[in-house]
Amino acid sequence: MQQQTLPLPGVVAPDTGHYRGDHLLVAEMVERGSKVLDVGCGEGDLLQLLETRGIDGRGIELSREGVNRCVAKGLAVVQGDADTDLINYPDDAFDYVILSQTLQATRQPRVVLENLLRIGRRAIVSFPNFGFWKMRIQLLVGGHMPRTENLPATWYDTPNIHFCTIKDFVQLCDEINVKMERAVALDMYGRPLRVNLPWWFWNMFGEQGVFLLSRAEKGK
Amino acid sequence: MVNLQSIPSPPVHGEERAHEADRPTSLLAAFGADQPLKLDCGIDLSPFQIAYQTYGELNADRSNAILVCHALTGDQHVANVHPMTGKSGWWETMVGPGRPLDTDKYFIICSNVIGGCMGSTGPASTNPATGKVWGLDFPIITLPDMVRAQTMLIDRLGIDTLFCVVGGSMGGMQALQWTAAYPKRVFSTLAIACSTRHSAQNIAFHELGRQAVMADPEWHHGRYFEQGTHPHRGLGVARMAAHITYLSDAALHRKFGRRMQDRDLPTFSFDADFQVESYLRYQGSSFVERFDANSYLYLTRAMDYFDIAADHDGVLAQAFRGIQTRFCVVSFTSDWLFPTAESRALVHALNASSARVSFAEIETDRGHDAFLLDVPEFFDIARAFLQSAGKARGLT
Repeated sequence: MQQQTLPLPGVVAPDTGHYRGDHLLVAEMVERGSKVLDVGCGEGDLLQLLETRGIDGRGIELSREGVNRCVAKGLAVVQGDADTDLINYPDDAFDYVILSQTLQATRQPRVVLENLLRIGRRAIVSFPNFGFWKMRIQLLVGGHMPRTENLPATWYDTPNIHFCTIKDFVQLCDEINVKMERAVALDMYGRPLRVNLPWWFWNMFGEQGVFLLSRAEKGK
Repeated sequence: MVNLQSIPSPPVHGEERAHEADRPTSLLAAFGADQPLKLDCGIDLSPFQIAYQTYGELNADRSNAILVCHALTGDQHVANVHPMTGKSGWWETMVGPGRPLDTDKYFIICSNVIGGCMGSTGPASTNPATGKVWGLDFPIITLPDMVRAQTMLIDRLGIDTLFCVVGGSMGGMQALQWTAAYPKRVFSTLAIACSTRHSAQNIAFHELGRQAVMADPEWHHGRYFEQGTHPHRGLGVARMAAHITYLSDAALHRKFGRRMQDRDLPTFSFDADFQVESYLRYQGSSFVERFDANSYLYLTRAMDYFDIAADHDGVLAQAFRGIQTRFCVVSFTSDWLFPTAESRALVHALNASSARVSFAEIETDRGHDAFLLDVPEFFDIARAFLQSAGKARGLT
């Protein structure tokens, strides 16, 4: 098992109001001309952003409405489930596999993560940080399961069944021998936190984490 | 006495059917002895002819041609008045100016399949060697044979690569066969409500239909035209059974429920008391007016034999390895003839081949027939898929 520590070099996304902050960040991490699979692509906003950059994008989306909207935008998207359908993709089929705000909704996050890095040479994973200070206060002081603007669902109707903190995620990466190449924590306004801050600060003040991952070489 | 009724005899259209089979109200491509159609059964079919229709204009680059493949009982009259029934084309909702298959942008071709009865050579055509109708002397044909014949038509039209091959049901199967067999000639594929192989249940339904035809004494072992008859009862029953498979429980219930036909009380007979019975009888009797019974046998058989993976060691993904064609696969939630699972299996195979594929399942209670009906969500998807493929193809 390797021990990896934050912070890591991040990326700076241009501020172009039209797209979501985390999407711009993800797009910055993807090399132009590469082939990308977006798992849980929603209505295809990220895929459209990637296509404007000459990236060959494909998508999987669970909801039929989402898929149909994507296909009606001319995107190559199929209806499918990250938990069950990634197995159908061959090794090394993509340069990047993106899992944006979806990891916490999968039944087996670890297996999904392993599949991402089997199918793609790199993976980009973003997820809400359950260690975010607002979450901690709601549980500590309010005594109820946290709800935020970005995660408004109640405990009984949320699709998110596997929440984790940034710290937890880093630990999982260590456990399954995944190398973290870049990492960015976004604050509650979607702005990246400064890179030279200590990791516990990220874990406390990052509302979401965005990680660029690759397969660690064996034995390291 | 119990009132016994069956499908009413239609007015005799035998001559009209025979005329359309040999001299169709259509464009015609004839292939002489020098260009036989090599059939999977080992026979060279020659001479033969293909009846087809076109809509729109072929551009100077010859890059905007779309081949529409018709379903089991369809024909080439996709967007014009049918010469025999006088009804509008079977896919006018889809094909026309401003429609998803936009005739202002694309050159649309639709040909009657080999084995059909609307002008392409089939069992209802005259065998030039004998001067008599082929009947059961016609060789057994397959889906790949139909597609091979279409490639010869496309060659004749001077088109190298089709911008898109489109089809639903058996038409979708042809589109998939086109793409698997001639990947370089197909830029994009829109496969609707179909499968890469015919399921056991579907083969079973086809066998039911064929047995109904063959059980009709008017069939005369396939030589009914020499007796001046047509097995309209058998073919009608076949159509009735098949038609049920094209609908869904929910659609039948919504359309007919248990409502009675022009009466309030049951007649205590086998008359068509229920609206659904009357509807099915109508479907049966109108079908036999325009369709040849032997042709129905041959085409259902061709579908039964269809299995793309079988030609690739049973591995479907092998059939599409390294393919550059863009795919759009569409299924309908209530289609139990070609259920979504079949489309999903195709999509998985295409994913495994790293093909560029879109797959949408459309929510509808209208069953398999939904692909022929006015389903706006489906049209949006077809339109967007063609537009995005058109952009990649350099069509404006």
